[in-house]
Amino acid sequence: MAELKTVLNDWHRQHGARMVSFGGWDMPVQYRGIIEEHKAVRQHSGMFDISHMGRLYFKGNGIIPFLDKLCTNQIESMKPNQVRYSLICNSNGGILDDVLVYRLAGQWLVVVNASNREKIVQWIKNHQIDGDFQLVDETLHTAMIAIQGPQSLRICQDLFVDSIQDLAYYYSKPNKIIAAKIGLDASDENLEVLVSRTGYTGEDGIEIIANNSLAVPLANTLLQLGVVPCGLGARDTLRLEAAMPLYGHELHENVDPIQAGLEWAVKLNKRNFLGREGLIRTRDSHERIRIGLELEGKRAAREGALVYSQTQVVGQITSGSYSPTLDRSIAMAYVRADYGILKTALLVDIRGTFTPATVVALPFYKRPGSK
Amino acid sequence: MDLKRLLYAASHEWSDINDQICTMGITQYAVDQLTDVTHLQLPKVGTATTAEKPLGEIESVKAVFDLYAPVTGEVIEVNEAVRRDPSLINQDPYEKGWMLKIRMVPGSDLSHLMNYEKYSKQIAEGH
Repeated sequence: MAELKTVLNDWHRQHGARMVSFGGWDMPVQYRGIIEEHKAVRQHSGMFDISHMGRLYFKGNGIIPFLDKLCTNQIESMKPNQVRYSLICNSNGGILDDVLVYRLAGQWLVVVNASNREKIVQWIKNHQIDGDFQLVDETLHTAMIAIQGPQSLRICQDLFVDSIQDLAYYYSKPNKIIAAKIGLDASDENLEVLVSRTGYTGEDGIEIIANNSLAVPLANTLLQLGVVPCGLGARDTLRLEAAMPLYGHELHENVDPIQAGLEWAVKLNKRNFLGREGLIRTRDSHERIRIGLELEGKRAAREGALVYSQTQVVGQITSGSYSPTLDRSIAMAYVRADYGILKTALLVDIRGTFTPATVVALPFYKRPGSK
Repeated sequence: MDLKRLLYAASHEWSDINDQICTMGITQYAVDQLTDVTHLQLPKVGTATTAEKPLGEIESVKAVFDLYAPVTGEVIEVNEAVRRDPSLINQDPYEKGWMLKIRMVPGSDLSHLMNYEKYSKQIAEGH
């Protein structure tokens, strides 16, 4: 199957990106360098093309009960414009995807992982029986750009008709780009965008969903304003420092949200949702948990590396990297719950060398001033 | 550095050979593939090397790769600056980013190494 390309594909290549295959899409892994891009987001502002994320719009009277059946988190209680993180689970409670649900005016948006888009659309269709709603997949008609880092709101504020300063964390708002600010004629249509105060980096910032035609002018304008183009490489190291799980690594169908440390996004007291019975069945028998590790030295523990207590295997690494912010080797792992206690001394087999590691609190990094 | 003077391994190490001394590093192509280098494991002075066998490893943010000895011989010098600051490899892979000097055994076979034209053709083909 041919790789999908976002509307910014040529733009990435023109700006020196090295491209890789990711979730069925041809995406930039880096432009000038992962560490430089990572630091730009921590200290200033960086932009990411996240148009590969699936954007599924729902309309219809039956949508709230359906989303509450689909999602582990509470949907009905969401306020207008609110955004909420949720898992979608199979009947055993295994994670099919982690998603953001947006309550918009007259419709709902669910943003899913690129690699899971077709699976989730199919899952929804399989469970749509009698559901009074329509699903429209807008992934290929729209672009999505994340602007992340402490200076991002200040830099972006003048691009929009309405202020973005009062946008609360995990809220979205329909807005309009000021055509002249991105070098377009005012008569150009499709200046309507959706701006949310969300992200996947551990920094403040926004994510913009716009019509495809706005993507290149917007990216050019952001670049002129000093926002650094960032690839999937930096996105991965940033989310790892912030201990955000990544589907295909920390999350998959053989792990449930409780093991993954995402119990806060599961409302077992909700009437019924897909996977609830499975989660209740296994909730008191959780033999493994997601933990953070800090390793000695600078060698990274890669996915799949085994975690030992003395000579006994007690777990496995799911993500690991050199941390540019902390200047040390960090990793997330699933380990037997009795070995996941803070400050426990463990060993990680890094290509044959048993490397000392210590269980530490997650996240590894919190932005200054956050809770 | 005149890149046309160097010899190249299929595993992307460059070798600059003068008077039986081989200075080695990795090529710009390898650096581009690696992304930012974060860690380097190099043999100590006095270590014996065997051509085409692993002699160390290079690790970047994204991945880790073995370094292969371009020649058979003995390590006589390690670039301590690059060991302390592996980002020199990203900045300047052919000059400041050199890694080791190896004294070659007399009569070493170099037939596994490529000249500039042949290596350029290999990377143009994307491997």
